[in-house]
Amino acid sequence: MAMQMLPPDWPGNFWAHWGIFTVIILVFILVSVLMFIWFERRAMAVMQARLGPNRAGPFGLFQSAADALKVMIKEDIVPARADKVIHWLAPVVAFVPVMMVFAVVPFQGGALLADLNIGILYIVAISSVTTLGIFMAGWASNNKYSLLGAMRQVASVVSYEIPVVLSLVGVILLTGSLSLQQIVQAQEIPFILVQPLGFLLFFTGALAEINRAPFDLTEADSELVAGYFIEYSGMKFGLFFLAEYAEALVVSALVTTLFLGGWRGPLLPDWLWFLVKVGAVFFVIVWIRTTVPRVRIDQLMALAWKFLFPLALINLLVTAVEILVWPDVSLWLLVPINFAVMIVLVLLWSKLFKLGWGRVNV
Amino acid sequence: MTTKEVTIQTEPFVVNIGPAHPSTHGVFRMRTTLDGEVIVNMEPIFGYLHRGIEKLAEERTYGGCIPLTDRLDYLASMSNNMAYCLAVEKLAGIPVPLRAEYIRVIMAELQRIASHLIAVGAFLNDCGAFMTPIVYMIREREKILDLFDMVCGQRLTYNYMRVGGVSQDLPAEFIPALRKFLKEMPGWINEYDRLLKQNEILLARAKGVGILPRELAINISASGPVLRASGVEWDLRRADPYSIYDRFEFDIPTGSAGDCYDRYRVRVEEMRQSLRILEQALKGLPEGEVRSEVPHLIRPPVGEAYGHIEAPRGELGFYLVSDGSIAPYRFHVRAPTLINLTALNDMMKGWKVADLILIFGSIDICLAEVDR
Repeated sequence: MAMQMLPPDWPGNFWAHWGIFTVIILVFILVSVLMFIWFERRAMAVMQARLGPNRAGPFGLFQSAADALKVMIKEDIVPARADKVIHWLAPVVAFVPVMMVFAVVPFQGGALLADLNIGILYIVAISSVTTLGIFMAGWASNNKYSLLGAMRQVASVVSYEIPVVLSLVGVILLTGSLSLQQIVQAQEIPFILVQPLGFLLFFTGALAEINRAPFDLTEADSELVAGYFIEYSGMKFGLFFLAEYAEALVVSALVTTLFLGGWRGPLLPDWLWFLVKVGAVFFVIVWIRTTVPRVRIDQLMALAWKFLFPLALINLLVTAVEILVWPDVSLWLLVPINFAVMIVLVLLWSKLFKLGWGRVNV
Repeated sequence: MTTKEVTIQTEPFVVNIGPAHPSTHGVFRMRTTLDGEVIVNMEPIFGYLHRGIEKLAEERTYGGCIPLTDRLDYLASMSNNMAYCLAVEKLAGIPVPLRAEYIRVIMAELQRIASHLIAVGAFLNDCGAFMTPIVYMIREREKILDLFDMVCGQRLTYNYMRVGGVSQDLPAEFIPALRKFLKEMPGWINEYDRLLKQNEILLARAKGVGILPRELAINISASGPVLRASGVEWDLRRADPYSIYDRFEFDIPTGSAGDCYDRYRVRVEEMRQSLRILEQALKGLPEGEVRSEVPHLIRPPVGEAYGHIEAPRGELGFYLVSDGSIAPYRFHVRAPTLINLTALNDMMKGWKVADLILIFGSIDICLAEVDR
């Protein structure tokens, strides 16, 4: 099958399309990251009995813009014994892949940069590159805290990539396509109902991959102070910060696209539905951050390999069998079955295994 | 085909955690030797906050030392005031009116709650529960600070107690405000418990971590919640009742394992017991003088005295030697946190960096008291 670069109903030629959507994605990411930072700070403040930023502009809306401006005019400090080239390159390597992921995310039917027929594979491959940037930052800073943070990041991404990808395969099996556009079109009912376990696994794993609480060990402000970007200042720090929130945006967008029915929804225009769903998922991420403590690195590994990995395999097996046995069954029939499977498995696993705690003899 | 053994050469590396680090509760420095993430050795280095308070006190009158004691454990100034005043009263044989004793108990127990709120909140923050617990607990601590503000106009260094009583009587609005606080506070403590007591991640992080065995705890003469979490039922309020603590009914919460989780639980339970004491004290609060007749310059007879109380962080003692002059000849503080800290290396070895922060947080130190 030839790679179809242009959605059929999109007017204009290839380059116009490319230019317009590159600008849209850039603006979308920058604006929504600024909004997300403001939103997170306000939402957390409400949950924590504080006020949050409320001075710059109405409801403090311009606070992130002011912060961004400040970051841009700050002095860029490079540690004396840092690896200068890699130190300079790392924020770029961390930030660019996050932007690239959005090339295949449909904002509404047909509204996307490239409808790749290997969309999910592309996302999985590209988003892992960010880790490289983070490790480069940790290594080049010549700081022990950064190095510890970077090592944690590599370890967690290597472990979590597997359950995350496996949990996505269930969705791919259901739709028979890797294209995000077609996955959304296939969702008569949101796949969160058909693939509840897959959603749980993907969301948990994705939180770990993007270092959001409770898996924010890479930064771990109470342990490693700031982790890998401890030696960064100015706009380089800004880029890391941007990359981090853009990653949260990516995860929200992916959860929306793969599990919540993407742009589909009644009444409201499609693109608005997409934004609303992305915001809702991001709110859940913020909510989790204010609620739970942080896990330890060995517990993080144990969670990936003892919980998520086997459950993802079983989920894949169950989905595959269902599709093999009843190829033409209505999706609604799968909902109760899959929910039952999820509840049984999660209960079973939480009884069988405990998060490891261990002292090493020294 | 031959296979070649490859061994990766690794070596432990040294990380300085502190003195400027968000989780060292001040300016404590831990020179940590790490093998990957595992702690091989930890060498505590302190003294960054040394102000020579013990020496300064030798140049001051007995009454003039009270503001210095505020600056020891600034999270529990009232308790410091009380311990010092007890020592001077013991040294000079000064009686304290009954109403003053009751007020002192009320202040000390309020201070215990305020201090434990910070301790528990900071501990949970160290666990990585980002800001939420500590902000909630600071909210309640504010109410206690408001109460202190009413009685002495200060919110951190109170300088409220005097040798032979307290500086002034309770204002009229204090009692209703305290009653309101006593009514609300149990609900808040229950809320904290609902939010985090059985949290799976907290259990995994804190249970079984940083165990201080019973014998070791006794041998290093640990005290306070650290000792009680190891299963030793030792509380000076019961073991050597000072002031009027023999009049009150309360339980001594103890742990069994001596891990971080037990230390956290003991503190939460102690807050409940403090509320019980406060209610009884409020009921029994008599009318009368709040300060006995004490000369402006106290000249205790030649001798020595040791006054100790159960401060929020453990046994806080003041050892005073008098040479008959208006200033103490020797002023020594038995700081509970300094002594509790001596077990740090034993508790930490073999755990990971993340646990180091947790164990350190669970001891609940106040650097101003450690360094003095």
